[in-house]
Amino acid sequence: MKRLNLLYFTLISAVVLFLSCSKDIVGRTDNIPALTPSNIDLNAGTWKTILLKRPDTFVVTAPAATNSPAYIAELNEIKGAQQNISSAQKDIIKYWSAGAVLRWNEIMRELVAKYNLPPYQNPDGTYPGPNANNPFAYPQFPFSNPPYAARAFAYISAAQYDALVAAWYYKKLYNRGAPYTVDSSIKALVPKTVLPSYPSTDAVVAGVTAEMMKLLFPTEIAFIQQKLEEEEEYRILSGAEVRSDIVAGEALGRQVAAVFVARAKTDRAGAAAGSPQIWSNLATNTSALGQVAWISLEFPKRPPMLPLFGNVKAFLFDSLTVIALRPGPPPSTSSDDFHQENEAAYAQIKNPTREQNRIVQYWADGIGTYTPPGHWNAIAAEDFIKQNYSEVRWARNMALLNMVEMDAAIVCWNTKFYYFNPRPTQMIPLVKTLTGIPNFPSYISGHSTFSESAATILSHIIPGHASKYEAMSNEAAMSRFISGIHTKLDCDKGLEVGRNVGNYAVQRAMTDGAE
Amino acid sequence: MNQNIIHQIGRPFLLIFFLFIFSHARAQTDLDGIMMNKNQLCNGLMYNYSSWNYYWEGTLKRNNQNLGMVSSQSVMYGANYGVTGRLNVMVSAPYVWTKSTAGTLHSSRGVQDISLFVKWKPVLYSSGKNKISLIVVGGFSTPVTNYQIDYLPLTLGLGSTNLTSRAMAEFQHRRFTISGSATYIWRSNVKIDRTSYYDTQMHLTNDVKMPDASQYQLRTGYRGRYLLAEALVTNWTTLGGFDITRNNMPFPSNRMNMTTMGASIKYTLKQDTHLSLLGGVNYTIAGRNVGQATGFNAGVFYAFYLNKTSEMNAKKLKTK
Repeated sequence: MKRLNLLYFTLISAVVLFLSCSKDIVGRTDNIPALTPSNIDLNAGTWKTILLKRPDTFVVTAPAATNSPAYIAELNEIKGAQQNISSAQKDIIKYWSAGAVLRWNEIMRELVAKYNLPPYQNPDGTYPGPNANNPFAYPQFPFSNPPYAARAFAYISAAQYDALVAAWYYKKLYNRGAPYTVDSSIKALVPKTVLPSYPSTDAVVAGVTAEMMKLLFPTEIAFIQQKLEEEEEYRILSGAEVRSDIVAGEALGRQVAAVFVARAKTDRAGAAAGSPQIWSNLATNTSALGQVAWISLEFPKRPPMLPLFGNVKAFLFDSLTVIALRPGPPPSTSSDDFHQENEAAYAQIKNPTREQNRIVQYWADGIGTYTPPGHWNAIAAEDFIKQNYSEVRWARNMALLNMVEMDAAIVCWNTKFYYFNPRPTQMIPLVKTLTGIPNFPSYISGHSTFSESAATILSHIIPGHASKYEAMSNEAAMSRFISGIHTKLDCDKGLEVGRNVGNYAVQRAMTDGAE
Repeated sequence: MNQNIIHQIGRPFLLIFFLFIFSHARAQTDLDGIMMNKNQLCNGLMYNYSSWNYYWEGTLKRNNQNLGMVSSQSVMYGANYGVTGRLNVMVSAPYVWTKSTAGTLHSSRGVQDISLFVKWKPVLYSSGKNKISLIVVGGFSTPVTNYQIDYLPLTLGLGSTNLTSRAMAEFQHRRFTISGSATYIWRSNVKIDRTSYYDTQMHLTNDVKMPDASQYQLRTGYRGRYLLAEALVTNWTTLGGFDITRNNMPFPSNRMNMTTMGASIKYTLKQDTHLSLLGGVNYTIAGRNVGQATGFNAGVFYAFYLNKTSEMNAKKLKTK
């Protein structure tokens, strides 16, 4: 009986111990400290903008003097707000003080993941497409697949950068200090800075992003507006900025966004989905060259993903350069070389190891995720956090990364639909894949192109991590071969093209005035 | 005789059992009211097969031409030992194979979770031809191998370490039995291979919060000296979790619910009472974020006493 009692006691203790463990999960950036730039980059107003002709293209009027009644009233607003800060407000301060560019990048990744869902077929086996003019109807707009996501990240990041360069220009010009430097009774609930507060950094980022989101994620306007208001409240609560800093910042952000929206509307992305005629021409043109044409491996057969995305206007080079960056053809689909590439893919997937599966899943970034460009944003952001950049440098580095990802998508898609090359599974149906098979041609690997172009610019930005980024890029590329999605040649060529695209961003980085 | 019954039941259904192989779907032992005698060890192998063509995406029932039929098979070793006639300890572990008939997704195979259950019958009241017993069960299960969790619907299992607590009441009148049980399953969080995921929001971690689950079962049937035959209804409800969104992939922390109906039999050979044959069928009648699985299982178990005295005592009891 004693033995039994001991058994029960042990069992009950185990249960109690288990139940007492909290199951709450903690994100990697949930508890990071407030951003404390090691350099405020006061002269960033002179950095080279992307679309803005000049940093003062949009006029920001001179702010009220800090001894004016209007300004004093604004200080009183802060003092009132600071009297009873709730725990929810403290959470908002903690969240946003990690950095505006970081948090909006995370929000953006969240939306990409949420909308990265391929539409379900119609009863007749055709597929409906998302419609930007009727975004709430199924399938909701957008389908944020990798090219769409790459472009969305690029526009947001580039627009944030231009808006912050403009903001920095005016900050230095007007040199109005933060409220706590004017009135010592105002508490600074964020790290103090000597960076002038007019116009508000956070409101510039929130304004430009919210405006861009209307175009890119039109069903999320209310959510975005709520985030914007939360962020602006945080600036007041934390004593970092007065109301007029925020109003001016948000207005400037929205004006800069309009320039990027205008470009986005004419960058040919709207036509990237093609048409039934274009889809069938791709196949007939490839067959006419004596090559096996790619076919969709989905049931029912789905039209290829954004076949004309390769014609979209790039950020870092012109359309002739896109063609110049396109690699030569893969081996003929009837050649021994091609056969061997596919046989190697088949041999690879026969007995995958657990470690190979881990690598595949780590880099899969398939449906319902923030895509490979989003993954590289996450990698970059988590490294940037440790670098203590100013917000404007955060934006600049994110813009370089995301412009290169979009341009990598353009060159990669241009190549994919130029050669319209079949995947290993099409050539050898026994090639089962360790993750979902993408619905577009094989040559060249998108993951490889995205990863190597990202690794190239990130290695330039943080040279100390170059070998890490290179190893990650190689692993990402090889994950597609390991998974049976690509031949090794697809991956190797993708890396090569990615490096070439990446170098355009490096060139820009070396001449934009920030280094 | 029993073979025939297995075939008769098995053929028309050729069905299933579980869907996304849950650890609760193992043998009958931890869910029924049958106890091993003191020092008696029953062990054997159980084969399970289950498949589905339709599944519930949230509450929407659909098929998927890119999966076709999803099936899983397993061979499970199980052992049940009587510490006393009222306290049994059970252990089991299955080797699982999964595959789909359409689409390109690779099959999986490997050892899934090991389970340990302790079954205790603290109350046994008997009056004339009627018997009432109360049974409590405590269980623990955990993955034996580091299998891929985030590979639904072809994963081997959901990867959580589970603690199970169950209360069961059984009434027996002559050969007729009826019992009901209620179970709470505490499930640990799981770690997936990717560094972020979206459920109803973005999570920048590989740590997935697994909702707990409850399970209710009713079973009734005939309990003879050699033949046991029961019909059962089981409901599994995940206490939390989220629905698969339109045309999205399933995820380990989905709100997976299901109600299944089934039948099981156990036949002990007259010629050699050490040996018994088990069989069962199962059909999912309702679900959410799970496949509508049908399945069957069949097994052979061998029971013996680890100790001569106990065997003699048991025989004396039987002859009385």
